[in-house]
Amino acid sequence: MIESLAFYVLASTILGLGVLVVTARNTVHCVLFLVANFLCVAMVYVMLGAEFLAVIQVLVYAGGIVVLYLFVVMLVNLRASATAATDRRRHSRVGFAVAVIMLAEISGILVYSAARPAAAITPVAATLPPGNTEAVGMLLYTDYLVPFELASMLLLVAMVGAILLARKDM
Amino acid sequence: MMSAYVAPILKILVLLNAVLVSVTFMTLLERKVIAWVQVRLGPMRVGPHGMLQPVADAIKLLLKEDITPARADKWVFTLAPIVAIVPALVAFAVVPFGQEVTLFGHAVTLVIADLNVGLLYIVSITSIGVYGIILAGYASNSKFPLLAGLRASAQLISYEIAITMMLVSIVVMSGTLSMVGIVEAQSTARMWYVFVQPVAFVVFFIGGLAETNRAPFDLPEAEQELTGGFHTEYSGMRFALFFLAEYANMIVVSTVATTLFFGGWLRPFPGVAALRALGLVPGWVWFLSKTFVFLYVFIWIRATLPRYRYDQLMRLGWKVLIPLGIANLVVTAVLKVLL
Repeated sequence: MIESLAFYVLASTILGLGVLVVTARNTVHCVLFLVANFLCVAMVYVMLGAEFLAVIQVLVYAGGIVVLYLFVVMLVNLRASATAATDRRRHSRVGFAVAVIMLAEISGILVYSAARPAAAITPVAATLPPGNTEAVGMLLYTDYLVPFELASMLLLVAMVGAILLARKDM
Repeated sequence: MMSAYVAPILKILVLLNAVLVSVTFMTLLERKVIAWVQVRLGPMRVGPHGMLQPVADAIKLLLKEDITPARADKWVFTLAPIVAIVPALVAFAVVPFGQEVTLFGHAVTLVIADLNVGLLYIVSITSIGVYGIILAGYASNSKFPLLAGLRASAQLISYEIAITMMLVSIVVMSGTLSMVGIVEAQSTARMWYVFVQPVAFVVFFIGGLAETNRAPFDLPEAEQELTGGFHTEYSGMRFALFFLAEYANMIVVSTVATTLFFGGWLRPFPGVAALRALGLVPGWVWFLSKTFVFLYVFIWIRATLPRYRYDQLMRLGWKVLIPLGIANLVVTAVLKVLL
């Protein structure tokens, strides 16, 4: 009872903050709402018993990546940029297209998961070690090894690319 | 059902008060120690040997006018000191101050929450504290605080990586992320981890100095270059909150160093049977005295070393500490597998 109430409060807060992220005029405020949003998502993870994921969410997203966002926003965009939106109509058209694609994707996933019984997930959880961290580690280095390595390759490529772009004398 | 909540709430209240009071008296200790290093007397007027100086300071800060600059971003300006102090206090939730003690017939664990991911929790919570400084710099709408905020964010991100590398080495040694578990692992190893991981400890402490903006890495609050730093535009109690946050962070770093490298509540040389008499001293006394030593070293370093230049700071972080951290981690992992 209390748990579902807490979930609904959290979920509506997350959605509200999400709306504020896109509607706030000042870019720094947008970034701040984004941080609050990430923290609320971490709380949802805690409620689901995924402590490891929650802590990583706070550490990587709220504490790491968004600090860099804020850094860039403060350096680049000190004056509130009301003039930045040059071609509003084109922006809104692209935005609409992205929104339609996202909606189609989410409804596709929903239909797919509703058609399949959720029972397929439980036997995996039963064979895992008890701790949260151990469970994530086990899965990451056995069942999901290939996606994990692909993701790290992608990050490496992005890093090399960023260094290459930043160094003008190369 | 209610009794399950009473003990944690009492613990939180006691801990919060203890931290805030010790922070207040840390300011006195700092002024006194620096004065002694410089052959002065330090505060002497308020109370015997200036013992009541922190009380006078607190009253003064509470009564001062609270000024918000006219062109400041008001919401963020108000939010920044809160964002700075809350993570510093919340981090104490997973610090184990001692073994289980019996109080009025109840067994009480001296930790608020023994999280499965305690160490990661501390790292993530302290990484949120950066926002307080960055936002204060931004919201003041003034040149010097903005520079200080940018310096702070670059510095904190750089040194966080080195610190985290060192923590991973400790996790490889102990095989657990729980703070209580790490102390217990040192108890079974009959050895403080500082003797097996000296490099990790040194880098952790240097990183800790940088994370708490303490000398010699106090660039975000360099008085001579920035007229104060990120808190230049703050006055009264809001300024005091930044001050409290800095000292609370020092205590966090000291307690984490004690737990990870100096055996937490364990007595010195837990493996030497001849020193068993030291075990009569309760664990929390050992813990607090070790923490106090670290706090003293913080002040001692401030009184001794000159400030780093910004490029030196960045070079030290990225070209020395992070490679050292990665090398230490690789060596630790290889030895762990071989031995």
